[in-house]
Amino acid sequence: MNKYLERIYNGLIKENPTLVLMLGMCPTLAVSTSAMNGIGMGVSTTAVLILSNFVISLLRNVIPDDVRLPAYIVIVASLVTVTELMIEAYLPGLYKSLGIYIPLIVVNCIILGRAEAYANKHTPDLAVMDGIGMGLGFTVALTLAGLVREVLGSGSAFGFNFLQYLPDSVEPIGIFIQPPGAFFVIALFIAIMNAIGIKTRQRKLVENTGCDGCCATCAQRCEDAEEEAK
Amino acid sequence: MKSLILIMISGALINNVVLNQFLGICSFLGVSKQMKASASLGGAVIFVMTIASAVASILYDNVLKPLGLDFMKTIVFILVIAALVQIVEMFLKKTSPAVYKALGIYLPLITTNCAVLGVALTNVQNEYNFIESVLAGFGTAVGFTLAIVLLASIRSRIREEDLPAPLRGAPIVLISAALMSIAFMGFSGLSF
Repeated sequence: MNKYLERIYNGLIKENPTLVLMLGMCPTLAVSTSAMNGIGMGVSTTAVLILSNFVISLLRNVIPDDVRLPAYIVIVASLVTVTELMIEAYLPGLYKSLGIYIPLIVVNCIILGRAEAYANKHTPDLAVMDGIGMGLGFTVALTLAGLVREVLGSGSAFGFNFLQYLPDSVEPIGIFIQPPGAFFVIALFIAIMNAIGIKTRQRKLVENTGCDGCCATCAQRCEDAEEEAK
Repeated sequence: MKSLILIMISGALINNVVLNQFLGICSFLGVSKQMKASASLGGAVIFVMTIASAVASILYDNVLKPLGLDFMKTIVFILVIAALVQIVEMFLKKTSPAVYKALGIYLPLITTNCAVLGVALTNVQNEYNFIESVLAGFGTAVGFTLAIVLLASIRSRIREEDLPAPLRGAPIVLISAALMSIAFMGFSGLSF
């Protein structure tokens, strides 16, 4: 397979950031109240991810190894600020429904995780494709979670209300667009993945180290701590 | 006075940071495996979040706002939090090794805990003054600690149970969290 297409396949399916790597759970749980919110959050994160992968890959030989994490955080935070201002200006509706979760893209583990695991070791063209692949994977997972919650919780899909075509006795299950519904739906997704035999990285990592492995940084810290303990 | 108490209770129970706002899910799911670690992480979060809220509030009111640099708040806050965690870590290492030993490895984890940045940003959004910010930070952190310690004790019981294979691991933890979240929704009926 073409090496660029391979990155897309990798992000979308093989190492899907949400469903397989279990990164970026906070936004997944928080903004998946409807399919449109899922797409909005997914696309915003993808934009930041592609740009940050590109910039970090360009600067990979310039940034000293010791201060790389603070440098990455500054780059990502600047890109997030730009994205936030753009969304506020051009898509005020989306800005309102995503709220505080837009600036919180800075601490989304997917972005720093990809910088650490991929962008700082590869050329810009591959890093950009990796960003597109991972971003797509995140967007698809988020939209799927949003769709399930929207269909069950408010009886609509992508804002289209199908409840009017059903008998009056059918009522949406409101709890699914409330916070508990998010936990239920993601639990269901992972249970399905377990049932069909796809092992999430989270499970391997927790089994091996007892660390949550939420991102490259924490995982590294946990490894250090483990070694120190020995 | 009434509003100050309300801010704290709302941070801890009504708008619980983990179960209602989904911030800090990573450490909530990861560290809650062990009871002792959860309590230590909770302590570290209370410590850092209270200080971070205070520092962020001072910086925003006295530097960013007068200079018209509101839009820089995300960058400034994340750097302040990262630096703060480092300083707290070094300070504790020198002054009280006992506390450092208990909280030590959890302090760096907090830098990437979105709950801390989330609280700082929410405080600004709600236009809280200094005292309100500190109380909101403290209340939120207490809510985080409450949730993670509760989940840790639930998980210690689940471990003994005979679960269907696909639910083992993350799914059952998320389902427990969902049930806790339903319970916490009851607090939204609290009124003063």
